Amino acid sequence: MSKENGVIYRISGPVVTAVGISPRMYEVVRVGDEGLMGEVIELHGDQSVIQVYEETSGIKPGEPVIRTGQTLSVQLGPGLLTQIYDGIQRPLPKLEETMGVFITRGVDADGLDLERKWDFNAVVKKGDEISSGHVIGKVQETETIEHRVMVPPNVSGKVKSIKSGSFNITETVCELDDGTEIAMMQEWPVRHPRPFVQKYAPDVPLITGQRILDFLFPLAKGGTAGIPGPFGSGKTVTQQQLAKWSDAQIVVYIGCGERGNEMTEVLDEFPHLIDPNTNKPLMNRTVMIANTSNMPVAAREASVYTGITIAEYFRDMGYNVALMADSTSRWAEAMREISSRLEEMPGEEGYPAYLSSRLAEFYERAGRVQTLAGSDGSVSVIGAVSPPGGDISEPVSQGTLRIVKVFWGLDAGLARQRHFPAINWLNSYSLYPQALDQWYRDNIAPDFPEVRTEISTLLQIESELQEIVQLVGSDALPVDQQLTLEVARMIREFFLQQNAFHDVDTFSDLDLQYHMAKAILSFQEEAKKAIAGGAQLEDVVNVPARTDLMRGRFEKGYEDRISDLVSEMNKQIDASMEAN
Amino acid sequence: MSGKEYRTITDVKGPLVFLNKTEPVSYGEIVQLMLSDGSIKNGQVLDTSDEQVIVQVFEGTASVDRQTGVKFLGDVFKLPVSKGLIGRILDGAGRPRDGGPDIVADEMADIIGAAINPYSRQSPESFIQTGISAIDACTSLVRGQKLPIFSASGLPHNDIALQIARQAKLVGSDDDFVVVFCAMGITAEEYNFFVHDLERTGALENSALFVNLADDPAVERLITPRLALTAAEYLAFEHDYHVLVIYTDMTNYCESLRQIGAAREEVPGRRGYPGYMYTDLAMLYERAGLVKGKKGSITQFPILTMPGDDITHPIPDLSGYITEGQIVISRELHQKGIYPPINVLPSLSRLMNAGIGDGKTREDHKSVSDQLYAAYAQGRELRGLVAIVGEDALNERDLQLLKFADIFEDQFLRQSRDEDRSISEGTLDLAWKLLSNIDTKYLVRLDQKWIDKYHPTERSSSEEE
Ligand SMILES: Nc1ncnc2c1ncn2[C@@H]1O[C@H](COP(=O)(O)OP(=O)(O)OP(=O)(O)O)[C@@H](O)[C@H]1O
Ligand SMILES: [Mg+2]
Repeated sequence: MSKENGVIYRISGPVVTAVGISPRMYEVVRVGDEGLMGEVIELHGDQSVIQVYEETSGIKPGEPVIRTGQTLSVQLGPGLLTQIYDGIQRPLPKLEETMGVFITRGVDADGLDLERKWDFNAVVKKGDEISSGHVIGKVQETETIEHRVMVPPNVSGKVKSIKSGSFNITETVCELDDGTEIAMMQEWPVRHPRPFVQKYAPDVPLITGQRILDFLFPLAKGGTAGIPGPFGSGKTVTQQQLAKWSDAQIVVYIGCGERGNEMTEVLDEFPHLIDPNTNKPLMNRTVMIANTSNMPVAAREASVYTGITIAEYFRDMGYNVALMADSTSRWAEAMREISSRLEEMPGEEGYPAYLSSRLAEFYERAGRVQTLAGSDGSVSVIGAVSPPGGDISEPVSQGTLRIVKVFWGLDAGLARQRHFPAINWLNSYSLYPQALDQWYRDNIAPDFPEVRTEISTLLQIESELQEIVQLVGSDALPVDQQLTLEVARMIREFFLQQNAFHDVDTFSDLDLQYHMAKAILSFQEEAKKAIAGGAQLEDVVNVPARTDLMRGRFEKGYEDRISDLVSEMNKQIDASMEAN
Repeated sequence: MSGKEYRTITDVKGPLVFLNKTEPVSYGEIVQLMLSDGSIKNGQVLDTSDEQVIVQVFEGTASVDRQTGVKFLGDVFKLPVSKGLIGRILDGAGRPRDGGPDIVADEMADIIGAAINPYSRQSPESFIQTGISAIDACTSLVRGQKLPIFSASGLPHNDIALQIARQAKLVGSDDDFVVVFCAMGITAEEYNFFVHDLERTGALENSALFVNLADDPAVERLITPRLALTAAEYLAFEHDYHVLVIYTDMTNYCESLRQIGAAREEVPGRRGYPGYMYTDLAMLYERAGLVKGKKGSITQFPILTMPGDDITHPIPDLSGYITEGQIVISRELHQKGIYPPINVLPSLSRLMNAGIGDGKTREDHKSVSDQLYAAYAQGRELRGLVAIVGEDALNERDLQLLKFADIFEDQFLRQSRDEDRSISEGTLDLAWKLLSNIDTKYLVRLDQKWIDKYHPTERSSSEEE
């Protein structure tokens, strides 16, 4: 690259215009005397427009702008897991070391520790033909996750030498016949999806342990979901529940323009939480990106790309990865702010016209794929959306709903009633059940899909009955409909409500969910019989064993006791008929 | 730095001044305008290029003309900070307003404030007792939280804020709070009310006030809270104080933000407020918290008045998206003569769980709070039903809940302006007493073990002996 003398021409917030250089689009440049990191986002005559990832106050026109020749990239290799990064992959603990507790500027930090030695175990040998994406060796990165070191992009050939042993991530571990040297670390430009062979249709559920999600509105591994909801309705709690309990092997959690304390909470909690699938701390499988609301907006814009690139990288090793972005609305707002500084023609509500295509491109990076190495990996993406005033007719919600296959609609009314998770069961949906039903039949119960349909039908009927109740009161309904209302209430209070903060209730595995749903249907059936045999509805509803069954879910070992509790309930219901 | 004075103003638009060709001026730099009558105005650079500089003038642009001299002071806005800020009253731009001397600076602090590294934060978890039952029981506040008061015009939010400022304490600790009070566009009358109260209780000596009143320059309001928070950070993180920041009224702040946006001809977001208002507000609210290795803390109580009592208006809406809950003041309760008229149902403290329970407040706190909430919510709902079908149609349980809603408002919410209830004997015991008006079989949110221990009439006899 030729030496060019770029200088700043204009500064307007996070957007700086430079003259005297002709960089490529999305090239990273160094801005000002302090060398702040920025990215070229528009070329305009002899002007290059740059979004700067750090605070720009105090910077003057005339200060230098230097090209780096690189596009915005992340470092990929052992050391990603358990790390917490800002939006441009600077490790926050590193920044604390160099800057103290406040984030100042002008400090660079590698995404990965370049010194640390890892035990590299080669899995190919001299003479093997290898190409991009193939696994050449393994590193035990954390207690639970084996890092599969892959051939970097655009590299292929015959192995000339490869060695196992202790290396840092930039040392050569493998050499090819043509002299190419391969180290454990590779880089990838964040705005480009990583390659794969082909996408498959997802057909395995991502099990989250959250009853309303798994049972009624399931997400598939490799699928996409949107969670819109007004403030305080439970987006973050839901995302954190997924990060904790979903059966993904790797979790990438992006705090995008949200609260600092929420990230602290994750950092405090995860090392102590035990992954039900591995019995090891959850932190072992987690990568966090935290670009909070008060950190620079340009880095917020970049944060989702940084996150999804890391997710794809683990996918390429053959893992099932789940990525949460909280909140995509803040990402969209960052785009809007930068776009308005560029004086672009605004689209709806001031968002740039390309908003919906950016959203689509982002969610398109999800999927279940055949990797270059021939294995099966997936990235599931779950995005929170924060619509102003809770009204989802706005552009970000609409743009998201057009793409995602699962809609978990949070409802202010339910949150106000403290019905948590406040997911509205009437307007939420999932387009995956059909693709997943075979899996449920094979792995949980042959009638799983039918049970689900019965449960959701009952909820539908309830909402219709409720309209009548509003007018005439429930006593005016025939007794069978009153029973339906009781059953639906049981679905809501016993099954759909789930307390994220309760040790036991926070997670239910799919088997238990199925048995709980069956218990409700069993109650319905027995109650019908008893009432037909002359029992009073009130007596049937109030049998003590039903309360025991419902309360039991807060106690450990519930899965072992539930069938006894159901039998006891049924016995008491039968008895209520005789008592009459 | 460059003391050079320019007379190159080309345009003046609202609070903005545009001038041509200067030496390079930095983004965010502080500017002085010398008017022909000898008066001086202050401003800040919003946009800078080789050809044009845009300056936002804090005192407004009245009397500015093309001959006005413009000087760039070579630095971004800084506040002189020292412990001497405590006990002082400053104006909205940080100059003494109490007739006292200038602040002798220990340090000049950049008022924009750097973001706290999320990795360096400490989770807030120390319960603050405000002595107000509605808050302590149902929306418990913890040290380092940002908990706004969502109010509306004509409601007693100021009394509540002051009562909190007077009574706030950590149970079992005598660490005191220092109050940083920030007024943005409030009336002289409201301001006097605050000052008199702080004086009356002796709290003024323990406070730093930053004051921009309704007739002070509107644009200045954009820096006033930044000054206040800069002072708060200095006191908290350099001198280990626990700082309570009260700022009022965020609505006026947002109006000023809208005014600047309009003058810059920006594409407006919802209802004319700038698209970046969320981020701008976050730059204030996120300056609350605790950080590793520092003893002090910043707890924030922003007060905002909801235009048209509308909680979906962008000002409360965007605030709610950033803060850790909200305390909602209700016109209905106020009209019933209840003080403090806090509606606990839409109110929320997101950090409550971390701050309450055994060893912090009391083991039964969470259950009691859930039960109060559920019973009151149901009781209120029944009021609507009774209005249609009459009380006769209610069963025993519903009648009890209906009655509970009334006594909850009358005895639990209602307290006097100087009544300081302790969490255990004052608030939670009172809650039990009121809940005992409902049959225990309907109190499904209360664990049996707490009923056995705390219920005034059902307590196990062993305890009563
Ligand atoms: N599953 C749940 N179980 C128990 N409580 C919950 C649950 N979900 C939400 N809550 C309660 O609701 C509060 C708000 O939830 P959360 O912080 O997730 O809202 P949010 O939608 O992310 O709001 P914002 O948009 O402001 O970030 C929580 O602090 C908690 O008290
Ligand atoms: Mg949230």
